[in-house]
Amino acid sequence: MLTPTVQDPAYRRFQQRFGPILRTRLLQAWGTVASVALLFVIAAVWTDFAPDTILAGLPRVGEYFGKLLSIEPSRGADTVPVLAFGHIFGGTKEPQSLAYWFYRIDVYAALLWQTLQMAVLATVLGFAAAFALCFPATGSLSRLRPMVFLIRRLLEILRTIPQVVLALILVWPFGIGPLAGILAMAIHTTGGLGKLFAELNENADRRPIEGIVSVGGSWLAQIRYGVVPQVLPGFLSYALLRFEINVRSSTILGFVGAGGIGMELKRTIGFNIYEEVSAICILILLMVVVLDLTSERIRHAFIGRMQ
Amino acid sequence: MTPLPPNDRIFVLQLVQLSRRFGDTLAVAGADLTIVRGEMVGIIGRSGAGKSTLLRLINRLIEPSSGRIVADGVDVTALRGAALRAWRARTAMIFQQFNLVNRLDVLTNVLCGRLNHMSAWRVLFKRFTPAERVLAIRTLDRFGLAEVALKRADALSGGQQQRVAIARALLQEPAMLLADEPISSLDPVNAKAVMDALLDINRTDGITVLVNLHTLDTARAYCRRIIGMSAGRIVFDGPPEGLTEDVLHAIYGDDVAEHP
Repeated sequence: MLTPTVQDPAYRRFQQRFGPILRTRLLQAWGTVASVALLFVIAAVWTDFAPDTILAGLPRVGEYFGKLLSIEPSRGADTVPVLAFGHIFGGTKEPQSLAYWFYRIDVYAALLWQTLQMAVLATVLGFAAAFALCFPATGSLSRLRPMVFLIRRLLEILRTIPQVVLALILVWPFGIGPLAGILAMAIHTTGGLGKLFAELNENADRRPIEGIVSVGGSWLAQIRYGVVPQVLPGFLSYALLRFEINVRSSTILGFVGAGGIGMELKRTIGFNIYEEVSAICILILLMVVVLDLTSERIRHAFIGRMQ
Repeated sequence: MTPLPPNDRIFVLQLVQLSRRFGDTLAVAGADLTIVRGEMVGIIGRSGAGKSTLLRLINRLIEPSSGRIVADGVDVTALRGAALRAWRARTAMIFQQFNLVNRLDVLTNVLCGRLNHMSAWRVLFKRFTPAERVLAIRTLDRFGLAEVALKRADALSGGQQQRVAIARALLQEPAMLLADEPISSLDPVNAKAVMDALLDINRTDGITVLVNLHTLDTARAYCRRIIGMSAGRIVFDGPPEGLTEDVLHAIYGDDVAEHP
């Protein structure tokens, strides 16, 4: 067996030649770790993010759900309302019963449906705009460098404005209601999907595209026959992911007057109707979980087709 | 702009001092060449000799650094836009890696050969005419591929894919076929099928064929005219009988033995 030692001539030559490079790399790695740690500490100090407050709150995380289904009777405007087994099938006038919590289920259902439709509209509109913009925004497909640059910056602006801010701006001209929310989400979706689509285009195989160029195909033909067949499954997968995100966003956007279940949630919070707040939260949670699970399955089917 | 001759022409293709530089290297260095309609020309040389660049220059997939390409008196190097795309349609390329669109079916891949003749609206919505479909099926049938017309291109073997690529090239109704190492990624049986197809197209359809070949034997067997390239320069142009020891040494250097 060989007994490798640091005296090995090849190893010593390696150390002489590359030793300084290795030392620099090690220093750089530690420098990165130290910088991130410093940033973390600064952020923690400024936000009172401390281990003791987290530890103190940790045991109480499950409390809400525990109390929710507890047997102990509770009355009055408690911030954690209680469903009690003794009353659970009581009428609409009996606190702690399902009927008492969900007595406005018809209103909630209509608003949840509206929220969902807002997300559908915003996703479709954003997908269409992103689809149209992503090809001229792809460096490898467009020879007009300034155009690529301009559309890329435009997409950046569209996705960096926080949606809530966009919704607030749009509530002003379009009034309180779903329209402002839909437009805010559609704009954000355009920015987000446009960037992702352009990256998929960038990674598309060059050979089919070259094939279409060689037959004398126009730019449109290159995109339609060389690029789109390759990237479409990826586009659809990203669009579904975006739809999930939009369903969640549309509940939040209601808080600034942009329609849907969020507006109702804000109203019930404002009036301290805790049973209704909890009822709405549970419904939103249910909707999001069901949608995420279904869309995840469909997405995996699309991703499978990519390979 | 001077109008191009109709599609079935290109009697004479001339390369005049054609060069292409990639960074520090001259991939093609001052190529002078005249190709006459109906020829089947084999281009041989080592990897990196500039064979592939030469064909891509003719199809204008690559822009020349200097020099001119002239077809029937028309300066091809000056063509832009629609005229350039029409030129590409008339000089059909066959690639080593086939360059089919894997996710489209075989029939659509073949119909892609018609894209240059179609309006933007028809391109966008895949509106191929019945005549185009008939031509595509007939061409696939000619190469024994009608059965797999609706399969995805990447479901086919390499030899089949290359014949699909040849069918696509024929749909362009080209005056000239530029085949860039068409058999380098194929086994011997499929390689023969593809070379036979190229020869048949040359004989039956009267289409000029320029083919880059790695193996000397294939070039000798199929081409009456052979062009040898070395380091971007054309060092031989003549019939296979002219390939003497000295000539082969000039083309392949000390690697002659590797190219039986």
